[in-house]
Amino acid sequence: MSAPVLEVSALKKHFPVRKGLLRRSTGTVYAVDGVSFNVMPGETLSLVGESGCGKSTLARTAMRLIEPTSGSIRLDGKDVTRLSRRAMQPYRRELQMIFQDPFSSLNPRMKAGDIVGEPLRVHELSRGQEARARVAALFEQVGLRPAQMQSFPHEFSGGQRQRISIARALALEPKLIIADEPVSALDVSIQAQVINLLMDLQQQRGLSYLFVAHDLAVVEHISHRVAVMYLGKIVEQADKRKVFGNPLHPYTQALLSAVPLPNPKLKREKRILEGDVPSPMNPPSGCPFHTRCPHVFEPCRSVVPAFREVAPGHEAACHLYGVIGSENGIAQGESL
Amino acid sequence: MAISEPGAEVAEPFAVELKRAGLGATGLRGGIGHFVRRHPLGAAGTIIMGVFVLGALLADLITIYDPLQTDSALSLAPPNAAHWMGADFMGRDIYSRIVYGARISLAVGIGSTLLGCIFGAAIGLSSGYLGGWVDLIAQRVIDILQALPLLVLALVMAAALGPSLRNTIIAIAIPLIPSVARVIRSNTLALRELPFVEAARAIGMSEFRIAVRHVLPNTLAPVIVLATAQLGAAILTEASLSFLGLGIPEPYPSWGRMLSESAAEYVRTAPWLVIFPGAAISLTVFGTNLLGDALRDILDPRQRS
Repeated sequence: MSAPVLEVSALKKHFPVRKGLLRRSTGTVYAVDGVSFNVMPGETLSLVGESGCGKSTLARTAMRLIEPTSGSIRLDGKDVTRLSRRAMQPYRRELQMIFQDPFSSLNPRMKAGDIVGEPLRVHELSRGQEARARVAALFEQVGLRPAQMQSFPHEFSGGQRQRISIARALALEPKLIIADEPVSALDVSIQAQVINLLMDLQQQRGLSYLFVAHDLAVVEHISHRVAVMYLGKIVEQADKRKVFGNPLHPYTQALLSAVPLPNPKLKREKRILEGDVPSPMNPPSGCPFHTRCPHVFEPCRSVVPAFREVAPGHEAACHLYGVIGSENGIAQGESL
Repeated sequence: MAISEPGAEVAEPFAVELKRAGLGATGLRGGIGHFVRRHPLGAAGTIIMGVFVLGALLADLITIYDPLQTDSALSLAPPNAAHWMGADFMGRDIYSRIVYGARISLAVGIGSTLLGCIFGAAIGLSSGYLGGWVDLIAQRVIDILQALPLLVLALVMAAALGPSLRNTIIAIAIPLIPSVARVIRSNTLALRELPFVEAARAIGMSEFRIAVRHVLPNTLAPVIVLATAQLGAAILTEASLSFLGLGIPEPYPSWGRMLSESAAEYVRTAPWLVIFPGAAISLTVFGTNLLGDALRDILDPRQRS
């Protein structure tokens, strides 16, 4: 097994909430609260969770677009958490991003060819005729015609714009692409095309993806492994088949039971969660999910469950598989 | 056989590309024809402004009389064959004064507008993009600039440095800075949060390049409208400054002063003293507005076909 492309450990991003004339800090949003995961070469790790659980913040923090509060990000074994902008520059070539909104992620005043060629100019990789030829090749790889290099973003459809975004990310030949909901703004018929393009590119180039999504059908199609996020924490992580076939965390079980089945005659146990997601400004004590969990019992309210391997190759943070965790930072054993 | 030729496949899309860019076989003449067809009003504005600019540049060739030469015999002479637009109360040829006045009026109008836009854009862009204490300081500087009354400013500058063309341009440019800066700042605040700015950052582009390449071009449309409106206003402002002796020193002709010094006294007895400089100012303002609208559309790719 080779070394991971991206290693994120104990990553936290807390946003202070400031109010009033003196901009005093009146609270903190725990957007990402101690998240660890690895992405292996050629692998797709999907991050799923409902809106506001911190997926996008996590993606942006891993991309070093937002400064992390604590924790570390390692790219190819090299710690890039605290690198300055300038020192980060060479590592940008390893790590690129695709954004959710295909309409605002392209500068409306630049030609498509210039948008895709921009990374080459910034990194001084090629210029002039050579750069144009590389951009044309990228256009072909993502299923666009090189003649479209002269068109402006508004002349393309949503799916085509997302292809331009993908071509721009590919220009630097990265090892890892962080895709922040790359298809959720597209029509369903177009979603499949873009997902298949991403999967083809992965096979051709051995790319790794960190794929942020909330659409479980898409996730099941594209991922190798899946991590489920709830309130800034990863609550379950395993191989795709394990997460979809045998979800262990009650939150994952509830998420999966919410996916509509194509066959209306098939009945299954529905687990409808009650209540709302607690505010990330004031997360519950103990297990963050205990306010909505159907299996809640006493330790859940006070002991933060440890994220550990509860079945072979299957990690989760839940007391149903033995009460292991910490209360106010003090480790607690199973004796509780 | 021709189909499998590799050159043919490449050449075809390339020709299409060139044609799209408005270049290639169609050339400059085709480009102008395209501009006239798509923006007939813009073309009219270009012609008006072209005539004025050429007139100002070639003033020596297209006038017979010295604009400063007085002649008491000609005082308030109506338009005639020798003096197409008549003469003013000091017997100076109005046509000559308008042609020479174009130099000063256009220099003041264009110069002060450009100066105001450049400084306003620099302040607005850095203030909106960088935020934080830069924004705080820039906003206070803008408040101060906005609080300065134009006339007091011009008075102080004329007293300290003497009335001159350069000082007039600076005095008129300063009040333009806050309005341009505010327009650009508010647009920048919205633009800097957009994903294409984030994408540029993800590529590893420097903040300065992002601000200039990605943010600034997207803030220009309202500034062009503002600037073309300002150009006409600047010519009129110069008139009031010159009238008070704070602008262009006598006896050099400027449209604004030709209008303001004769408007009250002679509008009924010798209307040509008022009509011709007034028409010159109106035409310039009209021309810049037409040109500005066309420019705004041309610079916006969404307006192109």
